[in-house]
Amino acid sequence: MTLTDLANPTKFLALSARILPWLAAATAVLLAIGLYQSATAPDDYQQGATVKIMFIHVPNAWLSMFVWGVMSVAALGTLVWRHPLADVAAKSAAPIGAAFTFLALVTGSLWGRPMWGTYWEWDARLTSVLILFLMYLGLMALWRAVEDPSRAARAAAVLTLVGAINLPIIKFSVDWWNTLHQPASVFRIGGPTLDRAFLVPLFVMAIAFTLLFLTLHLAAMRNEILRRRVRSLQMMQANSRAA
Amino acid sequence: MTALGALIQRDIRIALRVGGGALIGVLFFLSVVALMPFAVGPDLKLLARLGPAILWLGALLASLLTLDRLFMADHEDGSLDLIVMSRNSLELACGAKALAHWIAAGLPLIVATPVLGLLLNLDTPSTAAVALTLLAGTPALTFTGMIGAALAVTLHRGGLLLAVLVLPLSIPVLIFGVAASKAAITGPQTFGAPFAILCALSLFSFVVGPFAAAASLRQGLD
Amino acid sequence: MRLSGRGLKCVRGGREVFAGLSFEAAAGGVLAVTGANGSGKTSLLRLIAGLLIPAEGEVALEGGEAELTLAEQAHYLGHRDALKPALSVMENLSFWQDFLGGEAFDAGDSLEAVGLDHAAQLPAAYLSAGQRRRLSLARLLTVRRPIWLLDEPTAALDAAGQALFASLMRGHLARGGLIVAATHGPLGIEARELKMGGMS
Repeated sequence: MTLTDLANPTKFLALSARILPWLAAATAVLLAIGLYQSATAPDDYQQGATVKIMFIHVPNAWLSMFVWGVMSVAALGTLVWRHPLADVAAKSAAPIGAAFTFLALVTGSLWGRPMWGTYWEWDARLTSVLILFLMYLGLMALWRAVEDPSRAARAAAVLTLVGAINLPIIKFSVDWWNTLHQPASVFRIGGPTLDRAFLVPLFVMAIAFTLLFLTLHLAAMRNEILRRRVRSLQMMQANSRAA
Repeated sequence: MTALGALIQRDIRIALRVGGGALIGVLFFLSVVALMPFAVGPDLKLLARLGPAILWLGALLASLLTLDRLFMADHEDGSLDLIVMSRNSLELACGAKALAHWIAAGLPLIVATPVLGLLLNLDTPSTAAVALTLLAGTPALTFTGMIGAALAVTLHRGGLLLAVLVLPLSIPVLIFGVAASKAAITGPQTFGAPFAILCALSLFSFVVGPFAAAASLRQGLD
Repeated sequence: MRLSGRGLKCVRGGREVFAGLSFEAAAGGVLAVTGANGSGKTSLLRLIAGLLIPAEGEVALEGGEAELTLAEQAHYLGHRDALKPALSVMENLSFWQDFLGGEAFDAGDSLEAVGLDHAAQLPAAYLSAGQRRRLSLARLLTVRRPIWLLDEPTAALDAAGQALFASLMRGHLARGGLIVAATHGPLGIEARELKMGGMS
């Protein structure tokens, strides 16, 4: 089973139909474990129980960037390698990425209220994630604006790659600028500063959310392929009696 | 279905199906508001003071930029000819199109206002005041903007020219909209007067807008 | 019912398109307006439809309904098809049925008469040029108007479409209607000819 096999939509549909139930089950199991571990993790000595928002907020934030990375690879697939399913992958990923970004913003905002006293602050990290959210929405609007999906694919691919510049900005914003958001505590040189009691549930939740993304993404790709088939059939039906 | 009801339903359907739908206006509104702190600085107190003004400017720009296709699309595909030739008054048809545009493009802006108020550090009463003034004032923006949209068909131009023509007409609405929002924050006694004038401006535009637009369109049909 | 024009002069963009033009069309008959491109066929039709104001002369209608203007008793079929691609075929047609006003007939029957009933629920964007023309013809069938002003109606139609169109025209004339059509080629029906271009 090679990449070229996956390039065939019919084969992809068959393969994804077999994988999807397993992925969904694995997602459910890991989410259950992660939520249990998050609930039973100790309280922070400063923040109390509110620190547990971290177990949802941080994985969502990581995924919001990860999904843009996936879309960037798909964009290269469209522009450089002309993979037939690349634009399907890109189009399906955008709403999911937007949802993760939105959740990251909302959970962060709810966490910020007790911690910093405000729902929102225009510091570098929050602003760059807000901009990421706007870029996701802009991409979704672009996909919908052009009726023919394959034409929209090129424009969207270029926009995705240009927007990828935002990812390192988000990641390093807390280091480059003096921000309200706390500096990196997991992925940094010198190793994580978080205690193991927090790190383990965090990683479990991160993997669970990643599996959630994969499940949703595969399902969305299947839907998109089927949607395009319906469109072709409708066009054939319209022309079935010659004008 | 009545003739004008059919026109409103058609325009709303097209607005929701084409392009990014109604949400493209909201996305623009969100982008403009997000742009302000980059220019003005992230000082939350300053943003809270400027909040009503920023929201009003964002709503104004978002309304304006979606308006120029109001009549152009119908002109380009020949629908405008048929609308003029129908057994409905052109003034009422223009009013119906403007109403449909406000429902599809203006109302979502008002729904988005609370979220944006949060970003600008506005407290709940202020955000509610801004939303209320937008509700009263955005119809005026749409109906006066419609005049520019009709002129765009006549002049075969659009875009910036339309914006330049319509902006002066929007200034009174902007003044009283922001004044009413600010007054609501300081106290309900001073809120009544600017808000009443804002409502009056909207009512006035309901009459002037369709008549001016219809007169303009009749000139521009060839 | 009689439609007539006297001494019509049309000026567009500073250029005089035609002058001193007179014509007559009676109920039950077709007036075919012919001539080279640029001779003013479309302008004449738009003038009759009230979409253009003549520089001189006037258009008069005898025998129509007194309270309605000429435009309100006429159908105009222009170059462009007044079709919204985002709406379905049926949505497009029922809109005009509701909006134009006056006697209206079943939209589904009209679509069947023009051979588009199989596409009723499909987005109008998927129609070919000939099918769009047929949808416009369905509009003429759905809402009844005594006067038909047609600008090159058979332009995008194939042989079957042109035959369909000729039969629709005959039906309209039998109901006492009147047709003024600008055309380059034969309409498939008997018509009096008005030759444009080279007028003095």
